[in-house]
Amino acid sequence: MTVASVEMRRSPVPKETTLRARRRREAGLAYLILLPALAVFGTFTFYPFFRNFKLMLYETPPVPGLPAHYVGLHQIIPTVTSTQFTQSLVTTIVFVALVVPISLILGLALAVAAHRKLKGIAIYRMIFSSTVVSSVAVASVVFGTLLNPVVGLLPWLGINPTPPALENTTWALPAVAVITIWQFLGLSFIIMSAGLQSVPDELLEAARIDGAGAWTRFWRMTVPLLSPTIFFAVIVSTIYAFQSFGAVDILIGNQSAVRLHTNVLIYNIVNTLQVENNPGAAAIMATVLFLITLSLTVLQMRFLERRVHYA
Amino acid sequence: MAQVSFEGVTKRFGDTVAVDALNLEIPDGELLVLLGSSGCGKTTALRLLAGLEEVSEGTIAIGGRVVNDVDPKDRDVAMVFQSYALYPHLSVARNIEFPLRQRGMAKDVRAAKVKEAATTLGLDTLLNRKPSQLSGGQRQRVALARAIVREPQVFLMDEPLSNLDAALRVQTRADIVALQDRLSTTTLYVTHDQVEAMTMGDRIAVMSQGILQQVATPEDLYAHPANTFVAGFLGSPGMNLLPGTVTQGSGGEALVEVAGGVVPFPSTLRASSLGDAGAVILGVRPESLSLDPDGPLHADVTIVELLGAETHVICRTPDGSRLIVRQSARAAKPAPNDQVRIAVDPDPAAMHLFDATTTQRLTAP
Amino acid sequence: MPEASAARRSRRWRTAGSYAALTIGAIIVLVPIYFTIVNSLLQPDQLAHQPPRLIPPAAQWHDYRTAWDSGQLSRYMTTSAIMTVSIVAGQLVTSVLAAYAFAFLRFPFKRTLFLVCLGTLMIPFEVTFITNLDTVSSLGWFNTYEGLAVPFLATGFGIFLLRQAFLQIPKDLQEAATLDGYGHWRFMARVAVPLARPSLAALGVFSFLAAWNQYLWPLLATGGTTPLNTVQIGLKQLVGTSPDQIPVALAGAVIAFVPLVILLLIFQKQLVRSLTAGAVK
Repeated sequence: MTVASVEMRRSPVPKETTLRARRRREAGLAYLILLPALAVFGTFTFYPFFRNFKLMLYETPPVPGLPAHYVGLHQIIPTVTSTQFTQSLVTTIVFVALVVPISLILGLALAVAAHRKLKGIAIYRMIFSSTVVSSVAVASVVFGTLLNPVVGLLPWLGINPTPPALENTTWALPAVAVITIWQFLGLSFIIMSAGLQSVPDELLEAARIDGAGAWTRFWRMTVPLLSPTIFFAVIVSTIYAFQSFGAVDILIGNQSAVRLHTNVLIYNIVNTLQVENNPGAAAIMATVLFLITLSLTVLQMRFLERRVHYA
Repeated sequence: MAQVSFEGVTKRFGDTVAVDALNLEIPDGELLVLLGSSGCGKTTALRLLAGLEEVSEGTIAIGGRVVNDVDPKDRDVAMVFQSYALYPHLSVARNIEFPLRQRGMAKDVRAAKVKEAATTLGLDTLLNRKPSQLSGGQRQRVALARAIVREPQVFLMDEPLSNLDAALRVQTRADIVALQDRLSTTTLYVTHDQVEAMTMGDRIAVMSQGILQQVATPEDLYAHPANTFVAGFLGSPGMNLLPGTVTQGSGGEALVEVAGGVVPFPSTLRASSLGDAGAVILGVRPESLSLDPDGPLHADVTIVELLGAETHVICRTPDGSRLIVRQSARAAKPAPNDQVRIAVDPDPAAMHLFDATTTQRLTAP
Repeated sequence: MPEASAARRSRRWRTAGSYAALTIGAIIVLVPIYFTIVNSLLQPDQLAHQPPRLIPPAAQWHDYRTAWDSGQLSRYMTTSAIMTVSIVAGQLVTSVLAAYAFAFLRFPFKRTLFLVCLGTLMIPFEVTFITNLDTVSSLGWFNTYEGLAVPFLATGFGIFLLRQAFLQIPKDLQEAATLDGYGHWRFMARVAVPLARPSLAALGVFSFLAAWNQYLWPLLATGGTTPLNTVQIGLKQLVGTSPDQIPVALAGAVIAFVPLVILLLIFQKQLVRSLTAGAVK
């Protein structure tokens, strides 16, 4: 075997430098194309997030025209313990407790009902998902009319609250809750349906052959297997419900939300910021809301993940 | 001129040495097969040549030019991947055209080249299909067409036949050899299948654990394996390897004593040239053995495999070594557990001796 | 055999029961919509009719015209459209670019930067909007298209989704493209993006929906009644007016709702895909 003699031109540049140069070029390109996203995040997500902490330290006097002055942490306790804030907190919690379980149960029921191979099932599925495209404004207008004391459906059903539902201190919040439930139904259905798809049919069939009735199959098999999906839906809907605003703004309108017990947290924050012109207090309330949703998420992840069916 | 040269090439992944001081020359126009089992470094060597991996030490040159620091796209090499790597969202025609698209070629020039490549590989009627609509063999041909359309200096092929079924493989083997012959492009072909290597390669380079074992023509490799690894790897079934010692007979002739008996060594091999070799390994190919009641080797039959045109008699020597005898289908077949005696072909080329410690060949070719 | 026909009969009952349950569910969901459509076609004096009408006696389309013209909905639709398209385009572009870096490039701090992008999903709007209002005002973007769209031009969700899609592309396709002479930009445009089309569509539909239906930010960033209101704010203005105006408001709601339903019909698969991106393992 002959070894062909070959003329070698040794490259004058040592190998190390060229490899590093190539890596540097690649990193440069990466930073360049990351720049747009990072610029947006930096300006409109992270900077506001950190500035919020600074805002909490400044109090704006109720007299218009006077500048805010530094009060350090002293503003926090009074704001957090004020009746207006605690009331809105309670209101929001009640609201969440109304919206989340009902919309999830309804979504699950619809998903189970639509999980069959019947003729025309696609149309039903389309109908059930349709509310996912409705906005808060659309849902509010639609239900605002439905609940109207004169032209709505309620008189026909024999329900005639005085004052009318949307001006009623007892029924205003539930009315807003109903609107939010309807609006959230489509998303709840879609999530539960997707979860149901991932439950293997063979398991249920095997259970059926083993003699388990439909109810048993549902509670003992479907629900546990669906627990990751349910857990996800609970988190998403709770956070969503905590951030509710539009329905209250449109339907309660010029009335006093406080009086009607519909002063949910974000409505309160916006009010504090724009009407009362108190960004410091608003920032404090926003931070509290953020801590609530954050800790809820963490808590739910810990608690529910332990119960999630990993058998 | 597109000769390829590896000089002292080493590639390390962390602490593992994938390729160890590889020295290999591929003359212009040759089809060199890199053969070995998985993990031997053959695919790494191929990827080093392509530029998909960086060399840790050593130099690689194509056509006399050192390409260590040259980007893959500037090395003028084309690669056929094991999985074909066809762009699923493009038609066959566009897949083939892909390498040409940003080399500044005019549109009609590109179209002509695509047509030529497609015709060469019999893809004319499939140009508008997408890869998902093609069979495995057709996809493989598209991969080949995409490689040849650029008329590169070197072809790199990474086990291109391993995803085809047996019958298709035989046909495609011949097609690839014919194609390479026609185009005379230097080719580095990687495979673990020694039948492919034997039938396709101008030369074969056998690798094991990152180290080059031997480079030779198929005939040379078969007839004169450099060590026990190469001896056992090539051939189907591989060479029988029996541990033993060299002794001297009463008349001064060289004898090899193995577990099953004592085998006389051909007179052309002098006992003295073996020095105090001591422990050796005797290598004899199955076709150089025959069942003979007067043969020097004793063994027990384990199983008899009927392969149609021939029979493999698989035996066990007293020390547990496996011995395979190949005989024509017409010869008398023993039964399992029979005790048989085996003779060795007296032709000097039929017996190979290897040092038991170094596994290297002891006898001169 | 009697058992077989009994089984068949019970199956038929079960199927009928299923259809009954499904229809009840559908009615619950559709009643508000149907009620809205019907009432939007009525004259104001016909509204208070009890029991509520199921079919409008003579469809009155002029409320739609009113909503469109004097209700300014035509203007608002344009605003919404421009804002939404800008946001969707922005999110698609920034997400593709960032996801490409995370999926195909090697660079220092890659892991950290990716966590930063995902981290934006944990910072909710209520915390950022206070400062964003100030930022937007000081940039002179109050009551402008920039103010409406720019804060939303990037999304951690999009980066996550597209990175997943890019990671699905087999490595040897990348290597083949490298050998074929394709640098990163060309590979992105000719291979990576076309292959990630389903995820791009999912992200696009999701972004469109979220942007179109937004309420809080457009309200704050345009400060109430201006031509630059979006459809959603426009609806707010149609509400709370006298009972005579109710059909107009309902017509407005239908106008706002129907395009999205059409969107849902066409892109149902993509929408479901993006909504369930975190739900099903």
